[in-house]
Amino acid sequence: MHNVATTHEGNKTQYLWVWGALLVLTAIEVVLGYKQVFSAVRMLEALLLLSVIKSALIIGYFMHMKFETALMRWMITASVIACFVIMYFFFFPDAGRIIDLGVK
Amino acid sequence: MADATLEHDAVHSLPVSAHGAPGAYEAPLFGGYSKKVGMWLFLASDSLTFGALLFAFSYNRLYTIPWPTPFHVASITNATIMTACLLSSSLTMVLGVMAAQRGDRSGTRNWLLATMVFGTAFIVLHGMEWTKLIGEGLTIPGFPHPAVASSGELAEVSKSAPQFPATFFGLTAMHMLHVTIGVIYLGVVSLRKLFLPILGAIWLAGFLLIPSDNVFHYLIHALLLGLIVASIVLFLKPKDYDAHDVEVSGLYWHFVDLVWMFIFPLVYLMSTRIS
Repeated sequence: MHNVATTHEGNKTQYLWVWGALLVLTAIEVVLGYKQVFSAVRMLEALLLLSVIKSALIIGYFMHMKFETALMRWMITASVIACFVIMYFFFFPDAGRIIDLGVK
Repeated sequence: MADATLEHDAVHSLPVSAHGAPGAYEAPLFGGYSKKVGMWLFLASDSLTFGALLFAFSYNRLYTIPWPTPFHVASITNATIMTACLLSSSLTMVLGVMAAQRGDRSGTRNWLLATMVFGTAFIVLHGMEWTKLIGEGLTIPGFPHPAVASSGELAEVSKSAPQFPATFFGLTAMHMLHVTIGVIYLGVVSLRKLFLPILGAIWLAGFLLIPSDNVFHYLIHALLLGLIVASIVLFLKPKDYDAHDVEVSGLYWHFVDLVWMFIFPLVYLMSTRIS
């Protein structure tokens, strides 16, 4: 293996903190699933919010996106989010229309 | 390869050549070496594959009333342990990348092996969960299942809401395939040709030991395909994998973890049956 001088600003302590935070967030998700304190829609919103936070931690620290150039960060993030937004507007109005039509 | 001769300064600014002559190589557009940019582009496209499957699952859930809730406490506990395995594997992976950047070869290999162990544990637990659900009657027509499945508590779900098993197995199978490819990828990077007989032995043992009415009796052949591809790569283009290769394989592995962070709540936690 070559000794390549690619450096990242992350360190072992930081990675352990991120790992711990991810486990805690997962535990919160499981408790929410068990207790079912929210309605289905509120529950979905809460779980999605926690998932977005967890994915941001993974992308930012474990995948080192936080330490990439601004151009790289924006190109990847913006293009993927734009595609998801387009998918959302294609799929979900139709699924909602079926409910509005009174399908039980 | 140009990649192996490039060095970056501490903040990933312009690269300089191995001889210290700035400008010997054209500055990369994204500030990273080509393999890493290539992997990021692949992951961006792959995220759309999983995005489409998650959208399909959610779409079916919206218009299927009532939506089945087959996941008891045991299933949620199992899926939580699987999540912890993947999160822990991401930690060992990133420690492996750090070891590779220090030039610590044995440390790199050990951390990558730990990552593979966590990944394998995830696959085994997921396989057990699948087998349990199929045994309870959650089946897809045309796929092998044991005789008891037709009288299981979920047999009615497969008839009244076939969208559930179709989207559930489709989504989780795609993710399980990615984890399997990730374990093979890390095996190639960490053990190289030594990994081939290990992979071959696991494939053969799995094929001989898993009963023929279990779907994994057939899905285990994915390992044979992986063995063929890994052999082609290792024999036609043998190389000493460097820190860049370890980092790029880490990107793929973290992506697999990332996708599960959406599958776990959307598929499992939103379909719990706590009684």
